[in-house]
Amino acid sequence: MHIARNWRIKKQRYSLHGEICHHCGAHVFPPRDVCPECAKPAYDPAQLSGLGEVYSFTTVYNAPEGFQTQAPYPLALIKLEEGPMLTAQLTDVDPDRVEIGMEVEMVTRKLSVEGDEGLINYGYKFRPRMAA
Amino acid sequence: MRDVAIVGIGQTPVGELWNQSLRHLGHDAIHAAMADAGIETADALYVGNMLSGELSGQEHLATLIADFTGLRGIEAAKIEAACASGAAAMRVGVLAVASGMADTVIVTGVEKMTDTLPAETTAGLAMAADQDYEAAEGATFVALNAMIMRRYMYEYGVTKVDFAPFPIIAHENALGNPNAMFHLKLTPERYEKAPAVAPPINIMDSSPICDGAAAVVLMPYEQAREFGRGKRLVRVAASVSATDTLAVHDRHDPLWLEAAYISSHKAYTLAGVTPNDIDFFELHDAFSIMAALSLEASGFAPRGKALELAASGALARDGRLPINTMGGLKARGHPVGATGVYQIVEAVMQLRGEAGANQLDHAHIAMTQNIGGSGATILTHILIGES
Repeated sequence: MHIARNWRIKKQRYSLHGEICHHCGAHVFPPRDVCPECAKPAYDPAQLSGLGEVYSFTTVYNAPEGFQTQAPYPLALIKLEEGPMLTAQLTDVDPDRVEIGMEVEMVTRKLSVEGDEGLINYGYKFRPRMAA
Repeated sequence: MRDVAIVGIGQTPVGELWNQSLRHLGHDAIHAAMADAGIETADALYVGNMLSGELSGQEHLATLIADFTGLRGIEAAKIEAACASGAAAMRVGVLAVASGMADTVIVTGVEKMTDTLPAETTAGLAMAADQDYEAAEGATFVALNAMIMRRYMYEYGVTKVDFAPFPIIAHENALGNPNAMFHLKLTPERYEKAPAVAPPINIMDSSPICDGAAAVVLMPYEQAREFGRGKRLVRVAASVSATDTLAVHDRHDPLWLEAAYISSHKAYTLAGVTPNDIDFFELHDAFSIMAALSLEASGFAPRGKALELAASGALARDGRLPINTMGGLKARGHPVGATGVYQIVEAVMQLRGEAGANQLDHAHIAMTQNIGGSGATILTHILIGES
């Protein structure tokens, strides 16, 4: 049970809260205070749009503890429009229709359950982009 | 700095070893290596291990093993770098001897993975990834590799069956290794029909969950020459470690193992060799895709061409660059923190001419590469058999 640990990253988990490097302009997610592009300090907060596309994907059949009730579930590397890539589950999608390059958007969903008395963790997943 | 020699090797069989504990495995490998070297004690013991705390509830592992193996009093420490823990411990042993801080060092890699349920072991292995931003989303170790493999297929226009030569070579070579976990011949048909673990990775792309321990004894090279016991002396010509982003998603190019490139090319420079001089390569085929990326980043194949190299026959025991001559991670087995030391032990067997049915005709310069996580920590060792 990691209450404080999950609380500390709530802005990232619930709203894709990142940073922007004022030296080179790169977006940074997750925030790390050092720009991964130019290695200079990057403290300025930036809200990411939550729009991106599937860089690659798989289906997890052998799920780890906390995720077993969801298995099998689709997992993807998502390339965000602002540049950073992240790892997230896909949701609200027919697994057979997932493909590289599919446009997706961020939603908040239940991520994992730590047993009967533990935390229920929520965070970002991605679904096919809805028509605007 | 002093040159370092490997003067003793030992290993246990790899498998689901329910009748052996973590400490017994370490004991057996260490005593075999000490007997092979003809030593009765050492200055230090470095233990490569990833999961003793998580899967056995046992930390302080190196002191436990030193105590249990009759080495009470010596320096002992556990080294952890996920699946690269074994080679990372080797690197610390080399540093200790090369620097002059120790004269006789034992390095062991030991792992016990089969006491726990699969979901627990899977969660433990995922600790090699970023817990807050990969594992917390439900990513497993195999899933991360599967996403890299799918992108590789997409970028280079190859199909899943093009990866078959890697596990087929591994299983072929394991047939001649009595310590290997699997002794079964793999055919392309069996590979294609194997059940999916995380598509496109199937069970025949994946190294198994298993137990095992391996150990080596290190000495200063000059001292080892005098100490000589009639065995061909093996010199550590290069020992290099490098890192990349921990999370796969933080890489600009997830199809390139930058840490393999850095560590292998630094190793070539240190050893004064080129990839063409390497007689055989014990690489880290935790998944077939990692074997391909390792060959490309280490300069043995251009980008996107490792599968062609594998299909050409060059990587078999009678080829130009034999790989995984005793079965590799796929078929010898991958007791994670022990693997890097198994690779060294097997390379020494080849260099000494002690590889039995799998002995290569020409084994003078060996390279081993041990990968932690999905490419985040990569160690390359080059070993030279001295005449």
